[in-house]
Amino acid sequence: MMLEVRDLDASYGRAQILAGVSLDVAAGEVVALLGRNGAGKSTTLKAILGLVPPARGRVVFDGVAVAGLAPYRIARLGLGYVPEERRIFTDLTVRENLEVARRASRQGFAPWTPSRLFKLFPNLETLIDRPGGRMSGGEQQMLAVARTLMGNPKMLLLDEPSEGLAPLVVEQMEAAIAALKREGLAVLLCEQNLHFARRLADRAVILEKGQVRYSGTMAALTADATARKTYLEL
Amino acid sequence: MSDLFADILIQFLNGLAGASSLFLVAAGLSLIFGVTRIVNFAHGALFMLGLYLAWSLIDLFGRSTLLGFWGGVLAAALCVGAIGVVIEIVVLRRIYKAPELFQLLATFALVLIIKDAVLFFWGAEELLGPRAPGLRGAVEIFGRRFPEYDLLLIAAGPLVLGLLWLLLHRTRYGIFVRAATQDREMLAALGTDERRLFTSVFFLGAFLAGLGGALQIPREPAQLSLDLAVISDAFVVVVVGGMGSIGGAFLAALLIAQAKALCIALGDVSMFGTVVSFSKLTLVVEFAIMAAVLVLRPWGLLGKPLALARGAGASAAPLDPPGPLFWPASFVVLVLLALAPLGGDRYLLVLMGDIAVFALFAVSLHFLMGPGGLVSFGHAAYFGLGSYAAALVFLRLDLPAEAALLAAPLAGGAAALLFGWFCVRLSGVYLAMLTLAFAQIAWSVVFQWNDATGGSNGLIGLWPAGALKDRTLYFWATLVLCAGGIFFLWRTVHAPFGLALRAARDQPMRAEAVGIDTRRVQWVAFALSGAFAGLAGGLFAFAKGSISPDTLGVARSVDGLAMVLLGGVQTLTGPVLGAAVFTWLQDEIARNTEYWRAILGFAILALVLAFPHGLGGALKRLRGAA
Repeated sequence: MMLEVRDLDASYGRAQILAGVSLDVAAGEVVALLGRNGAGKSTTLKAILGLVPPARGRVVFDGVAVAGLAPYRIARLGLGYVPEERRIFTDLTVRENLEVARRASRQGFAPWTPSRLFKLFPNLETLIDRPGGRMSGGEQQMLAVARTLMGNPKMLLLDEPSEGLAPLVVEQMEAAIAALKREGLAVLLCEQNLHFARRLADRAVILEKGQVRYSGTMAALTADATARKTYLEL
Repeated sequence: MSDLFADILIQFLNGLAGASSLFLVAAGLSLIFGVTRIVNFAHGALFMLGLYLAWSLIDLFGRSTLLGFWGGVLAAALCVGAIGVVIEIVVLRRIYKAPELFQLLATFALVLIIKDAVLFFWGAEELLGPRAPGLRGAVEIFGRRFPEYDLLLIAAGPLVLGLLWLLLHRTRYGIFVRAATQDREMLAALGTDERRLFTSVFFLGAFLAGLGGALQIPREPAQLSLDLAVISDAFVVVVVGGMGSIGGAFLAALLIAQAKALCIALGDVSMFGTVVSFSKLTLVVEFAIMAAVLVLRPWGLLGKPLALARGAGASAAPLDPPGPLFWPASFVVLVLLALAPLGGDRYLLVLMGDIAVFALFAVSLHFLMGPGGLVSFGHAAYFGLGSYAAALVFLRLDLPAEAALLAAPLAGGAAALLFGWFCVRLSGVYLAMLTLAFAQIAWSVVFQWNDATGGSNGLIGLWPAGALKDRTLYFWATLVLCAGGIFFLWRTVHAPFGLALRAARDQPMRAEAVGIDTRRVQWVAFALSGAFAGLAGGLFAFAKGSISPDTLGVARSVDGLAMVLLGGVQTLTGPVLGAAVFTWLQDEIARNTEYWRAILGFAILALVLAFPHGLGGALKRLRGAA
């Protein structure tokens, strides 16, 4: 297993957000983490990376128990995180944004370089010297994924990569994630957009009020109209 | 006219030389703040340390050789950098997640400790440094002599600016520093060890402060008051230039140093039939520039609006309304205190009077900091201006002490209205730095305005006649006025105004949305707080019989902060408890050792590291656990 999460609790101050979340992601697998707004999807990703310290529970990444470690240590083990707000360094150029995330490559994965990333996201190449603050939302989203890849991760935590993007850009993003999957990267993909997730994910986990309510293959969820209606539709 | 031109030119060059040193300190302060979000109050102390170390090291390496001099300067700066590393690892690393206020207080504790360490190793005498070999002479410019060494300093500022620019923009390390300045959490999520970055940035910042100090060695004597003088100048520069902006710090240092130099060059000028003494306006000019910049560009010349680094989840738990026993119990305590003079112990009476005065001072500060969320680092200004107003009304207008005690809150409140108008436009550390800068300016005006305030000697002979002449009666009056003020402020916290104030602190946007004019509410809070601090100051003046500029010094402001933090910011009664414990402790320590500052510093550090919620908070937790 690439990632095992067991009974994860997390809270902001007095407000408990996650109550016993358990999920698995196998090597090379794409798992969609679905659920309505406020269900705890983003917090699950943050708790896995240690950005929100988990109050209870176990997180094992690639054989290492990581709950309680500092985020930078977890990231260095090969867990890449792309936040929902993208959090591009707006004062840094595209080149510098990539450089700041560069880490040594890993055995079994081809190392990422800016030129290889430009094959995945061709738009970025022409923007190489542009400050991150002067890019469109779609360009920033691509840079955010590309930046995380510079750390040569084994697995990606992607938080709503399709959010707020133009349809054409959503297609590009989808193609890029599919390409990463073919490279053998495991992905835990938070999504509100079921159509986007359906084309990429092998399995789906649905959260509601900080708890896992549904877990199964994407095909099964596609067939299960009741589950979709109960947990996803407004 | 050509004389005036030469004067101005020489002062312009002087200004450039002064700007260089100011820039080095401000750049280090700005870098450290940018990356770690810690406002290093001890930065001026590091500057001072650089100057003292250079004095000793140049002596050690040989005063007359080039290598001895410049080796000494460089070694001093490196030593200060290393001290910065120790400070970061031993103290600051433990409090990065603590509230800003605790960080500021911890670095102020370092100021106290460094000051006493310098006093211990180098003594209290001013030390005159050596002049730089080969640069001892002066060049002639338009018939005026200008020191060669100052020409070198003029070049040092732009040189360091250029080197820093290269470091930040042309090295991988620089990319990390810039990225961390913007979003250190994201940087960590990308696998960067923040701690190493923080330590290295602290080294760099401390090195720059040390270098700034060491380079001053031929220009100004090493003395113990430099730490606070330098830090308030550096704060002004950083606020004007924009937090975290190196270029802004350079621009601001230049602007301020030049404005001051121009004032000195103009000297006394007759205008419209009166003589205006520009040389006495140097401080007012600094203030005017800062005020203008803050109104037009609240984030400084080249700064950027700070993202709310710790917005959500940081707001305080609601204050519990006082229980049924609160007011009766307070009344009983008050009556017991009023019985103190019956014991006949003169010393106890003085101590109790001091405690009452400082309890009011602490509560007035707490009113602003706790419910208001407005951290004032210069609260002594209102206290001190209250004292001086009372003293001046009493001595110069020959009015009775009762009238003088009315003037004290008016003066404190008026000053708070003026300063607060600017302050409520800012938040967080900007606000803290601005309050400190205002207080420092008030202090300097009092310190320099010999004719009115007696300058450094202060004012004496403040013994009330009439009813208040009797010490016991004066104590009772103090007790009633202080208790009245404290109860009024406590009551206000739970009144609609207090609720609005707390709403403005926790959710400024939502508060605005329900129709609360948050700035106005905060401004009024400033004025109220300043008025009661002023009253405390007035009472203090007549209790002591004399006042000096120390009454409104930075140290007094920090005493207030220590009292509030000791008691706990988010409790109502805590500050009173804190004021009592602090006043008593300070009195005990100061009577027993010369190095009370260092002891106080270590006590504050221990407090900050061990009780991040204050004594009141600790008690509350104990009760909660029991």
